[in-house]
Amino acid sequence: MLEGFKKHIEKLKKRRFLFEELVKRDFKKKYKRTVLGVAWSMLAPLLTLLVMAVVFTQFFGRSTPHYIIYMFAGNLVFFYYREATGGGMRALVDNAGIFSKINVPKYMFLFSKNVSALINFLLTMVIFLTFVAIDGIAFSFKFFMLVYPVVCLLVFNIGLGLILSALYLFFKDTQYLYDLFTLMVMYLSAIFYPIDSFPNYLQQLFYINPVFVYITYFRTIVIHNTVPSLSYHLLCAFYALLVLLIGSYIYKKYNYKFLYYV
Amino acid sequence: MIVELRNVSVRYILGDFKDIGIKEFVVRKLLGNYKVREFWAVNDVSFSLEKGDLLGIIGTNGAGKSTLLKVITGIMVPTKGQALVKGDVAALLELGSGFDGDLTVKENTYLRGAMLGYTRAFMNEMYEDIIAFAELEEFQDRPFKQLSSGMKSRLGFSIACLVNPDILILDEVLAVGDAAFRKKSEQKMMEIINSGVTTILVSHSLEQVRRLCNKVLWLDKGKQVAFGEAKEICNRYEEFLKKK
Repeated sequence: MLEGFKKHIEKLKKRRFLFEELVKRDFKKKYKRTVLGVAWSMLAPLLTLLVMAVVFTQFFGRSTPHYIIYMFAGNLVFFYYREATGGGMRALVDNAGIFSKINVPKYMFLFSKNVSALINFLLTMVIFLTFVAIDGIAFSFKFFMLVYPVVCLLVFNIGLGLILSALYLFFKDTQYLYDLFTLMVMYLSAIFYPIDSFPNYLQQLFYINPVFVYITYFRTIVIHNTVPSLSYHLLCAFYALLVLLIGSYIYKKYNYKFLYYV
Repeated sequence: MIVELRNVSVRYILGDFKDIGIKEFVVRKLLGNYKVREFWAVNDVSFSLEKGDLLGIIGTNGAGKSTLLKVITGIMVPTKGQALVKGDVAALLELGSGFDGDLTVKENTYLRGAMLGYTRAFMNEMYEDIIAFAELEEFQDRPFKQLSSGMKSRLGFSIACLVNPDILILDEVLAVGDAAFRKKSEQKMMEIINSGVTTILVSHSLEQVRRLCNKVLWLDKGKQVAFGEAKEICNRYEEFLKKK
């Protein structure tokens, strides 16, 4: 019993080492050891924000309180979603050369990609909170609740990554189709427009989109200083767990099968 | 019994699914004219090894040797049958591949160590030895892509050889680097083999198989032709090659 426990600890230690090395690799490769590299990944959403502010403030700025923060919250969450799932999709294909030669658990590649995307997201979140302060919104204890949608997003992104990475192993055009899909998600996530002007039944339809649900959570806390209802929390968790469940099933069923396809 | 394969078969699937993409795949599936061809790379192979056995796998190109090794390592799951392997496996397959060209030699060494299941403490302790054995002291901070292919294999060999596995798998690796390194690596290999581990060796050198192995598995086009005492099967295989 004790022996088995010891073995388990040893195994976890080894996995942690692999995990750390993979995250390090992803970071180094992404930023190519440059200072601007890290800054750039935070600048990209800021530039998008700037363009959106210039173009859309004219249309929606007057009717939406804290419009810049409203858009920033949307961009913040959407960029994270796009980076994590896009990276997750490529995680298996990019490392196929490794795990067709060495027996490593493949999900590690996906996890490490997700963690480097999460670190990126958290860095951008620091800038977001700075903007919040500049815009004159007082910080409150409710802000700590933001951990909840972040965790949900992490689980959601991993789940979607499991699905996409398996699909991408078999079909190379998954990438283009998914790019198209994320573009549609972007327009349907109400990143730069408020949904108040839609009729009620259309507003409800927005909640089918998980990314919109997570963005709205952010906005509710930060702009309205309100903690969403319990059922809203359940909705967040429901999307994350559903996608993770489907992803795990697909991963389990197909992760070794693609080696048969030549 | 340390390794036992029961009716192991691996089926590859050949088709144009990777080129046609998901849209075309769905359309063809709906129209019912989506077709793939099957190919059994390993077909109904059964054998077992005891501790300390040294198995040589022989056969012409395309016999299914590498695929079978991937099954034993756990990289591939057999389509049919069962592969039971007890203990730690150290597999030396295509040593120079799987490294990351953009990372330095040092970073790659740690990453590979992590993939092979070593701990960080172990790597900290062994790092100097690995680099010394691979004779890459001056290249530690160079990007990996700047190394020659011989150097890459040397590093791969040095990292993989560190452990004391229960089962050692060698796929044509006794031909790594220049003559001097080959001698050194073969010495190291023999050291591990003689420590009593179970070894599986794929080699095109029949002389080497005769010299080292006590058991031989002969594969031809995925099928098991024979398994048993090394001497007898090597002689039969030689006859077979002459007739060709």
